[in-house]
Amino acid sequence: MATKNLLEAVRETLHDAMASDERVFIMGEDVGARGNVFLITAGFQEEFGRERIIDTPLAEASIVGVAIGAAMAGLRPIAEIQFADFIYPAFNQIVGEAAKTRYRSAGGNSCPLVIRTPYGGGVRGALSHSVSIEALFYHVPGLKVLAPSTPADAKGLLTSAIADEDPVLFLEHKRTYRLIKGEVPEGRHTVPIGKADIARAGKDLSVITYGLMRHFAVEAAEKIAAEGIDAEVVDLRSIRPMDRETIINSATKTRRVLVVHEDNKFGGVGAEISAAIAEEALFELDAPIKRLCGPDVPAMGYAKEYEEAFMPSPERIADAMRELAQF
Amino acid sequence: MKSEPKVRASLPEGLTPERLLEMYYYMVLTRTCDDRGFALNRQGKIPFAATCQGHEAIQVGAAFALRRGVDWLVPYYRDTCMALSFGVTPREQLMCLFARKGDIFSSGRQFPNHYSVPDRQIASISSIIAAHVTHAVGIALAAKMRKQSAVVLTSFGEGSTSEGEWHEALNFAGIHKVPIVFLCENNEYAISVHQSLQMGVKNVADRAAGYGFPGVICDGTDPVQSYETVRDAVERARSGGGPTLVEAKCYRAMSHTSDDNQLTYRTPDEIEAVKTRDPIPRFENWLKERGMIDDDTIAELKAKALREVNDATDWAEAQAPPTEADLYTHVYHSGPLS
Repeated sequence: MATKNLLEAVRETLHDAMASDERVFIMGEDVGARGNVFLITAGFQEEFGRERIIDTPLAEASIVGVAIGAAMAGLRPIAEIQFADFIYPAFNQIVGEAAKTRYRSAGGNSCPLVIRTPYGGGVRGALSHSVSIEALFYHVPGLKVLAPSTPADAKGLLTSAIADEDPVLFLEHKRTYRLIKGEVPEGRHTVPIGKADIARAGKDLSVITYGLMRHFAVEAAEKIAAEGIDAEVVDLRSIRPMDRETIINSATKTRRVLVVHEDNKFGGVGAEISAAIAEEALFELDAPIKRLCGPDVPAMGYAKEYEEAFMPSPERIADAMRELAQF
Repeated sequence: MKSEPKVRASLPEGLTPERLLEMYYYMVLTRTCDDRGFALNRQGKIPFAATCQGHEAIQVGAAFALRRGVDWLVPYYRDTCMALSFGVTPREQLMCLFARKGDIFSSGRQFPNHYSVPDRQIASISSIIAAHVTHAVGIALAAKMRKQSAVVLTSFGEGSTSEGEWHEALNFAGIHKVPIVFLCENNEYAISVHQSLQMGVKNVADRAAGYGFPGVICDGTDPVQSYETVRDAVERARSGGGPTLVEAKCYRAMSHTSDDNQLTYRTPDEIEAVKTRDPIPRFENWLKERGMIDDDTIAELKAKALREVNDATDWAEAQAPPTEADLYTHVYHSGPLS
């Protein structure tokens, strides 16, 4: 297996999907001649043509809306929102239209659509290039929300998403694009949607997380292992559907749970995880569930100090683990 | 006995006397369904009905300008006549009014008149104004990418043209010259808000220039002129000429829906005045002048429509409602997920 960064894994997956299925096409802002602002689709337009790699106007609602129509007509569109922060104009198309297409037509119409978007902070992206949007979308039945954190999972989940019959919001943490490297299986590789990954097995406490925070949590877990605390790290990978079984099993095993995410704390994914554990395994716990999340301010600022104060770090995660272990 | 035709030579290309009578029948059938919906609502048998009275001519004209089985229809919720003329049956129409499990459009999930018949190339829509116009562009884009000869017709009221998604849809279609006809059924009111408070231009069709394709206007109360206008736009799309924005000037004879009272924003005089533009008697006169119909035939066709709608009503009312278990189906392809 070759070692790749997450960006290369996404690029390779998109390329393979385009080459192997003529129903697949890509549309978004700057995806053609420029090859996406991160160069993920660089060279694709020359190879696949302007009809299949479509540079769109700056109009997010129609990027998703046109893709929905194409999906209903039997194609497999991959729509790109250049930054997750720009997705709000497309909110109605994703939540009001794509997610409800199957339900409202009683199965008559499908909407096999993938919406890819880079999200998250740590790249000095300021207020409008660093948000996490998952909590705004994972609430919505009919929609799937994925957030892979490793190159292999990015490939496996994106392949599954493109093959899926339902609309999928595919979140790529932009800090992981070049920072995170790993072995990626050659050829067609799928990861099932809805299955969490045990990133690190442990017995003393569980950290439930996803995205960039998986890597910070594993780093923190290695640090406190030297202090005699053996932490388990669960990477959700799939936010909706959510793998409750793995979450409950881990909570039941370690009896202590820390939820970590970069998105705002209030009403975030961590709230659902905490509620699920409280409903199903409350009396298995030895400590209250703890959450370490982004603070409830609109976004991280441009200044380094704002960004660092906003994002959970390996050090802060390690501190939270220690507190939890000592409860 | 019908009188001899007076001006048969003037029949527009593509329309035979038989097809014209068929168009007339669909208008009458729709009016009968429409009246039935409101009657059932007033009887407390169905919770909601929407009307298309005043729109029948443009809708039947548009549907007849399309090729069934080839072209796509992405209609909006006021398109009863378009749907019936494109292959939806009265029983299917009444099933959606009664919100029965067997309602083929949505199994009783959506408001009435949200048509969805994929195997007849009628795409599903929601009630969110203009959202479906972008979908129609996507369907047209797919047809172009697959080099199919399908043309997409999507319709909406003039109120929809205020929405950002409407403008985005037309912009995208103009850039990519997809095979689509945008049909605005301008009835002058977005529920209670008059066109003068919806736009600063006189005609919706004027907006097409901003997207690089033609905008044309027709009398939407005249089925023949409506047919010819939409037919030309469909031919243009089919031959690779790209989109056309058709604005059909029509009117709404009744309140927005059974939940609305137009007397709160329209004067009784205005309501009486628009009734003089009723497309059905107008088309009757047109057909009579050409010797294609007489009073007996009109009575026969109206009686036939009433029999069809009576049958559809009795049948649909007797069908089973959805069960609680049906609530959980079709959330995802593989069923409900956590």
